[in-house]
Amino acid sequence: MKNFNGQVLFLDRSDINTDEIIPAKYLTENSREALRPYLLEDLSIEEFDFKKDIVGKSVIVTRANFGCGSSREHAPWALEVNGIHMVIAESFARIFRQNMFNCGMMAIELPKETLNDIFANYAGTPTQVATLLEDRKLIFQNQKRTDTIPLSIADFDVELVHAGGWVNYADTRY
Amino acid sequence: MQIRTPYQPYTGDNTRVGKTIAEKIFDTHRVDAPFDDVHVIRLDAVFCHEITTPIAINDLIARGKDRVFDTSKIKVVIDHVSPAKDSKTALQGKILRDWARRHNIQDFFDIGHNGVCHALFPEKGFVRPGYTIIMGDSHTCTHGAFGAFAAGVGTTDLEVGILKGVCAFHYPHSINIRITGRLPEGVHAKDVILSVIGRIGVDGATQKVIEFSGPVVDAMSMEARMTLCNMAVEAGATCGICYPDITTVRYLWKYIQHEYSSQEEALTDFSKYLPDQDAVYDAVMEHDVSGLEPQATFGFKPDQVKPARELQGTPVDQVYIGSCTNGRIEDLRVAAAILNGRKISESVRGIVAPATSAIFRQAIEEGLIQTFMDAGFCVTNPTCGACLGMSNGVMAEGEVCASTTNRNFNGRMGKGAMVHLMSPATAAYTAIAGYITPSLQNS
Ligand code: SF4
Repeated sequence: MKNFNGQVLFLDRSDINTDEIIPAKYLTENSREALRPYLLEDLSIEEFDFKKDIVGKSVIVTRANFGCGSSREHAPWALEVNGIHMVIAESFARIFRQNMFNCGMMAIELPKETLNDIFANYAGTPTQVATLLEDRKLIFQNQKRTDTIPLSIADFDVELVHAGGWVNYADTRY
Repeated sequence: MQIRTPYQPYTGDNTRVGKTIAEKIFDTHRVDAPFDDVHVIRLDAVFCHEITTPIAINDLIARGKDRVFDTSKIKVVIDHVSPAKDSKTALQGKILRDWARRHNIQDFFDIGHNGVCHALFPEKGFVRPGYTIIMGDSHTCTHGAFGAFAAGVGTTDLEVGILKGVCAFHYPHSINIRITGRLPEGVHAKDVILSVIGRIGVDGATQKVIEFSGPVVDAMSMEARMTLCNMAVEAGATCGICYPDITTVRYLWKYIQHEYSSQEEALTDFSKYLPDQDAVYDAVMEHDVSGLEPQATFGFKPDQVKPARELQGTPVDQVYIGSCTNGRIEDLRVAAAILNGRKISESVRGIVAPATSAIFRQAIEEGLIQTFMDAGFCVTNPTCGACLGMSNGVMAEGEVCASTTNRNFNGRMGKGAMVHLMSPATAAYTAIAGYITPSLQNS
């Protein structure tokens, strides 16, 4: 199973599309590793610097409709090779969400109010997330506070995470 | 029609209510339902192109599973960057080409016979009502125009599709959008779908199937229905679906005539996929297009839509007519009829890319290519090219493109460039004027 704990990268915007996560011009790469330097290269958020802000981060916390646009699995791969295995958002585009679990990674939805609180309490501070998958809990922590937040995830998605993705899962069954 | 509120999960034997098209297709293709509403369905076709398939092929090789589930159900095209523009894209083509040969995949379309996937595969008769189709491409929803369930997927889903012929989906919830009224002269399917997306938003149909119904859709050609369904994903939909009818039968007739004794018989057969009267929808929406004007997008999201008239005068550097949205013969006819005998503005680079080789050939035969060239357009070979900012018309920073494609995302057609989505008609008027306009200026 992948690692779902670590430093948070806050992206305070909705509708971040896959062209922003990994621009189309890098789709000519035939290896995942080659995508590493280009993650979020075209993301337009004020003061966001893709060269600096991604370093050391393991979890993204963002707003609604993350990963809309193209079906490219290069988007989750670009996250994966940068050590980011979990995205927490208000909602996801279908294909992106499925691609994450298909790769054994997690795309976790939280209610809007919960996300508002998380942004208000943690954004702009060094924040850690710990994921207790069996207990269905997320623990957010910075220097000032700690919050335990219920994590809701479908049984099928948990199976995919445990199997390490859809290829492994399907191969043993179909 | 019933409206399902709130969320009712699939209960396994849902016999008390009627079914939508997507539900009927799922019920006839189910292989497994491992959890609550997760259904694994058997696939009738797996489409492949050279951008998303090579990594799946490499992964299958690395796993020691370089196999395909059924060579006759896998359809392959090199379309996104064709001809190859550099060594990397050449390698992507090569991986796909070698793989198709190695597995003796008959339906493989390379340069000279190729075309943009979502225009090519329907044209070849590969899409039928009731089919289940996946492709590593978000605009796979286009094929729903035939009454099929067709969904874009990522490379891992594609990989399992290639190997096992199955894919997992949530049991489909549908929205029914009834397009009513009378479509005004000069207003097209592209304007309809832009107005729908403008109304429901880029995530208005996420995790849902959109059934497009109503008299306006009934009257549309298959080409127009494909334009409609093509952009369903821009509202987040898994698939856009139109009802199979006599128009569908006629379009497919040359491919299915040996299977049916008459067109009526085919129609009766296809009708088994029509939704039940008491089918249950998450929402039913009327969309009256009687007063609709030509539409265009103005920002970096496909739901930022307004009447093109309100953008009148916005200068453009390039006009692009092509893509899986609007590169079909009808689109070229509409644009050529406007351009006929006229010249495009000197300040505009006009590019037209017929979506497939067959469309290109037909456009030559009908004299459309002559018209485009006389007007000052550059005619390129069929390829995705400029649509995703890969080749054949990439924009420079600060430039503006009026485009008949489907995505206006920041950077989509070139870093720092602005894309205004519109119909081929509005694109042609804009090319002549040199700025966005939905009608002839100063003529
Ligand atoms: S024409 Fe554009 S939208 Fe259509 S398949 Fe090609 S790249 Fe995708």
